[in-house]
Amino acid sequence: MPKITYVENNGKSHTVEIDKGLTVMEGAIQNNIPGIDGDCGGSMACATCHVYVKEEWYDKINEKSEGEDDMLDQAFEPNKFSRLSCQISVTDEIDGLIVDLPKKQ
Amino acid sequence: MIKTDALIIGAGPTGLFTAHQLNIIGLKCEIVDNLDKIGGQCIELYPDKPIYDIPAVPECTGEELTNNLINQLKPFDIKFHLNERVDEVKNEKGYWHVKTNNGTVFYTPNVIIAGGVGSFEPRKFTPKECEQYEGKSIFYSIKDKNIFKDKTVSIFGGGDSALDWAVELSANSKVNLIHRRDEFRGAQSTLNKVYELEKEGRINLFTKYQLKNPRGNGKLDSIDIQNENKEIKNLKTDYVLGFFGLIMQLGPIANWGLNLNKKTIEVDTEKFETNQKGIYAVGDICSYPGKLKLILSGFHEGALAARACFKLARPDEKYRFEFTTSSSSILKRLGKKSD
Ligand SMILES: Cc1cc2nc3c(=O)[nH]c(=O)nc-3n(C[C@H](O)[C@H](O)[C@H](O)COP(=O)(O)OP(=O)(O)OC[C@H]3O[C@@H](n4cnc5c(N)ncnc54)[C@H](O)[C@@H]3O)c2cc1C
Ligand code: FES
Repeated sequence: MPKITYVENNGKSHTVEIDKGLTVMEGAIQNNIPGIDGDCGGSMACATCHVYVKEEWYDKINEKSEGEDDMLDQAFEPNKFSRLSCQISVTDEIDGLIVDLPKKQ
Repeated sequence: MIKTDALIIGAGPTGLFTAHQLNIIGLKCEIVDNLDKIGGQCIELYPDKPIYDIPAVPECTGEELTNNLINQLKPFDIKFHLNERVDEVKNEKGYWHVKTNNGTVFYTPNVIIAGGVGSFEPRKFTPKECEQYEGKSIFYSIKDKNIFKDKTVSIFGGGDSALDWAVELSANSKVNLIHRRDEFRGAQSTLNKVYELEKEGRINLFTKYQLKNPRGNGKLDSIDIQNENKEIKNLKTDYVLGFFGLIMQLGPIANWGLNLNKKTIEVDTEKFETNQKGIYAVGDICSYPGKLKLILSGFHEGALAARACFKLARPDEKYRFEFTTSSSSILKRLGKKSD
């Protein structure tokens, strides 16, 4: 199972194994990682699953979904490495992915 | 003070159908919602998206579902209190005193929380310093546009609200429009208008910038904006408007002494009652083993909670199970003739 690392804004890091086919958001919710809410259940309607993807990983994950940037406009402090974690699918290719969590959702 | 048999918090699909169920069995209710419109997530998040899993409705959009639910309430006299957030719920001698941020007070034996994922609130600017100017020179919605006349207004956001207000206010104010990227997501026609006004010098456009810091001494006089390369610009401004959409926040519900599980309220599956007698939770906000966050589950939960309300609202009467097709008292409530 691919391993994903979530780093909370206070620096606390959680590395968990996530089933392939889930999204990075779902992986966080199932593992009770604080800092990702996922209020809309992954339907790209809430922007409460916002993460910053580590620079070296940014180009390796699947591309942004249509409308993802529009939703990111509404996220808390987005930057150029911002993604909605409900739009990142977990595959073998992203085994080792590291995402930083924003100060709040 | 408003007296009612049941107060519903939240006018999403669950709150609406629960109101129907209450009225069918002869109970009066009122509904409060923080949004300016009826429909909860369906109307705020996906009015145009089709839903395919409402029983007996093969396909309908969020807006159509909302309109149908509102139509179904037509026979009844139900008062909606929109733009109001329920802040306080207190028990006094077996009755609940419920207070909104506008000061409306309800007095009722039954409170039904159909609050979804919480109340919809505007997303705010990041810097803490913005709070001191909030409601004075920093706003997230506009109540009186006349205050901006002949002033400088800096508008943040990339959607329709930001673009519409930029165009409208540019007639009488100096307008800065600031957005974190190059693309806007508002209507193309409005966007064209914005570019035209920019050429005419009526709107100053700053893309790839975000608010860094408000400046002033008690009174706002300028803002620092920053781009991705950390370059900072200072803009003189009298007012700042932020249009970043809405976020759902559990907010005051967390303070009512209810058993919470993450952001949901624990209930039993007989009455959908919480740990407080006479307070029920239905729809997305309730949790119990096997809970599905679907509209159809909310309908079921509301129907049972409504029956539970009967006992507290009519302690001297006995609730009788009846069908809408055949009960003369229900048909009377619906304003239909029975044969
Ligand atoms: C994009 C998207 C697609 C979806 N598709 C489907 C689908 O196909 N099928 C399906 O069954 N479900 C779907 N859902 C889920 C469905 O929308 C929800 O289950 C449903 O809206 C829940 O209804 P509700 O009435 O419980 O809460 P909500 O619709 O969330 O309404 C709650 C209301 O309560 C108000 N409120 C909360 N707290 C307070 C307070 N303190 N004071 C005043 N007001 C308050 C809020 O402002 C809000 O308007 C979808 C959701 C999304 C986001
Ligand atoms: S979970 Fe709502 S946008 Fe990702």
